[in-house]
Amino acid sequence: MDCFTIDDLNLYYGGFHALKNINLEIEAGKITSFIGPSGCGKSSLLKTLNRMNDLVEDCRLTGSIELFGEDIYKDMDVNTLRKRVGMVFQKSNLFPMSIYDNIAFGPRTHGVKAKYALDEIVENSLRSAALWDEVKDRLKKPALALSGGQQQRLCIARALAISPEVLLMDEPTSALDPISTGKIEELVLTLKKDYSIIMVTHNMQQATRISDKTAFFLFGEVIEYNNTDRLFSLPQDKRTEDYITGRFG
Amino acid sequence: MNKSKEKFMAAVFFASALISILAVGLICVFLFVNGIPALFKIGTLEFLGGSQWSPMDQPAYYGILPMIVGSLYVTAGAIILGVPIGVLSSIFMAWICPPRLYKWIKPAVDLLAGIPSVVYGFFGIAIIVPLTGNSIVSASILLGIMILPTVISIAESALRATPRQYYEGALALGAGPYRSLFYVVLPAAKNGILAAVVLGIGRAIGETMAVIMVAGNQARMPVSLFKGVRTLTANIVIEMGYAADLHRGALIATGVVLFVFILIINISFSALVRKDRG
Amino acid sequence: MKNQKNFERIMGILTWGAAALTLGVLAFIIGFILFKGVPHLKPSLIAFSYNSENVSLMPGLISTILMTLLSLAISVPVGVFAAIYLTEYAKRGSKLVSLVRLTTETLSGIPSIIYGLFGLLFFVTYLGWGFSLLAGAFTLSIMILPLIMRSCEEAIHSVPDVLREGAFGLGAGKLRTILKIVLPSALPGIFAGIILAIGRIVGETAALIYTAGTVAQIPKSPLSSVRTLSVHMYALSGEGLHTNESYATAVVLLLVVVAINTLSAKIVKSIGVK
Repeated sequence: MDCFTIDDLNLYYGGFHALKNINLEIEAGKITSFIGPSGCGKSSLLKTLNRMNDLVEDCRLTGSIELFGEDIYKDMDVNTLRKRVGMVFQKSNLFPMSIYDNIAFGPRTHGVKAKYALDEIVENSLRSAALWDEVKDRLKKPALALSGGQQQRLCIARALAISPEVLLMDEPTSALDPISTGKIEELVLTLKKDYSIIMVTHNMQQATRISDKTAFFLFGEVIEYNNTDRLFSLPQDKRTEDYITGRFG
Repeated sequence: MNKSKEKFMAAVFFASALISILAVGLICVFLFVNGIPALFKIGTLEFLGGSQWSPMDQPAYYGILPMIVGSLYVTAGAIILGVPIGVLSSIFMAWICPPRLYKWIKPAVDLLAGIPSVVYGFFGIAIIVPLTGNSIVSASILLGIMILPTVISIAESALRATPRQYYEGALALGAGPYRSLFYVVLPAAKNGILAAVVLGIGRAIGETMAVIMVAGNQARMPVSLFKGVRTLTANIVIEMGYAADLHRGALIATGVVLFVFILIINISFSALVRKDRG
Repeated sequence: MKNQKNFERIMGILTWGAAALTLGVLAFIIGFILFKGVPHLKPSLIAFSYNSENVSLMPGLISTILMTLLSLAISVPVGVFAAIYLTEYAKRGSKLVSLVRLTTETLSGIPSIIYGLFGLLFFVTYLGWGFSLLAGAFTLSIMILPLIMRSCEEAIHSVPDVLREGAFGLGAGKLRTILKIVLPSALPGIFAGIILAIGRIVGETAALIYTAGTVAQIPKSPLSSVRTLSVHMYALSGEGLHTNESYATAVVLLLVVVAINTLSAKIVKSIGVK
């Protein structure tokens, strides 16, 4: 089954044509990577999937994006969409509050008030993000006191706390050291069984290590979209081959 | 020759930099030297805690508690009215208002800051006093308006300084724009907002002319919100014209009390600003 | 979900409402003053001699201008020189610099009545100048000093280092570089600060009542007592007799303030564009 069906999508920032005729079917329960040189549109596409692009002035789009068959720009309340499609950003964007309050923010927003329910959500999300054992004794401490890798995993836990169906990740490890990166990759692989994951990465090794499918972007177009091992071993397009063999970009 | 000119001007620049230190020093010395003896003569406790101010009576009473309480009342009133409106306006200006509207609203707030106290006072006499009398309420309303630009501009810059990623992070969790602003951005800017409130308190407590024009100025313990009251600042202006000897000293000591209040407020303001940056 | 929608709606209304209220109050004050004052702007208001018949604001206007010029003449050089010292000469983080900053911050927080009190004790009484233009101007010049210093410092800071290096590279001394290169580039910023200071002087009352006094006359010497427009307005409001003239004076004050604000905003903008 597909979680996202993107049909003939065009995106403009003012006069700039950022995404051109994108057609993609993204499978549920898989990890999909978007790769390509910077400015190729991979992050822009990610941000249209939970409508974060709405914040950009002069941003216009044509075509349609469906989440499990519902058009996210027509039939759906934007806040509901963002609850169903969680996002983890390039740099940790934890709020200046306690660890507990960071995770509880989402559920509280969506109407969970009871303390026991919140406690349970916080614990479950932290366990899913493999962070529980590290922070269970200091849930009331400021989240910004954690290390960079822990902060990023906390961001993932925070996203999980609203039980999304899809998780978007925008270069989640680009600001991290190799050990923290390894932990996050491990985590992403375990999350696959419960969530559909779409990840933008600038790191091709990362894409080959964890993703099932990969899309290669160039100048706002999808050049090639295939199973990851196939795309990297037998690229169909010359430009993909050039990129993955490091001949440009 | 050129060298000596360089040296001379460097000395002039240096001396100019010392002027502000000199000014603060002189202000302290002259206030304290002229005010403290009266304070001791009257008795510190009697001066600060006495609830009767009747310098013309025999024997004279110099208790400024009514004025201290009066200043606190009108300041509290101004904060209660001005801070919510000011903070909400600053949220509007920093995060919500479309740029085209901002081009109008920002100069308007600056203009509000530029209107002279007497013009505010005059407005108060003509519009507010007929409704609520010469009273604590009138003074609070007028001061509430007057502190708006202070509160707005400090709170606005604090709100603008909060990283955009907090706001976007909250949106990405499915929170609406206002929920994101009030539950994430506003708490993140709380030191700056607090600094805005503190500076607003400073403005309100130090304001003189506008308050005199609407507060009624009776030197007695406040009896009702709709009755007149006299502030510390008003006490100085109203009686300084004809005061002599101990009476004059007592008025200067009133200035000392006000000055100390202001110093405390300034110190807490700087501490908050520093905390925000650190 | 419904709760969230309600929250958004209520907070939206409150936020827009607060901003509308702020704008509304301003519009109301200005509209009210203009409405009441403009009809009373008549030629007798600017007669040269003052009497209780014509309540002319000419003495007030001239006093205000003189007060402004004199205060600036004292404060601007001191403020600019001090800013030059702080930005170009002082060692960063020195004890003296932090003391100067602390005292300037303190000065900017002191309410005008305290300045008035100090002016009365020092200039009027201790130095024996009496209620005078001079005492008022010196008092105000201390009051506006932090404003001038801050805007001047910011303006000097924003002058790019390449300009200084260029001048030094041509063999210009430090003083010459500052006077010929740095200051001219910082001029618009300094000017914007001066204009804001003018706004404060024009609107000031509490600091002047007991330093410059309240005599409505065109001053004959720096030691004559004067009554600026703001003080004039306060005096009229206390008498309760010349309400119409008060409104007319308020209009003049308001126009001056609007003009000053517009001018300084224009200057700041022109720096931004550059």
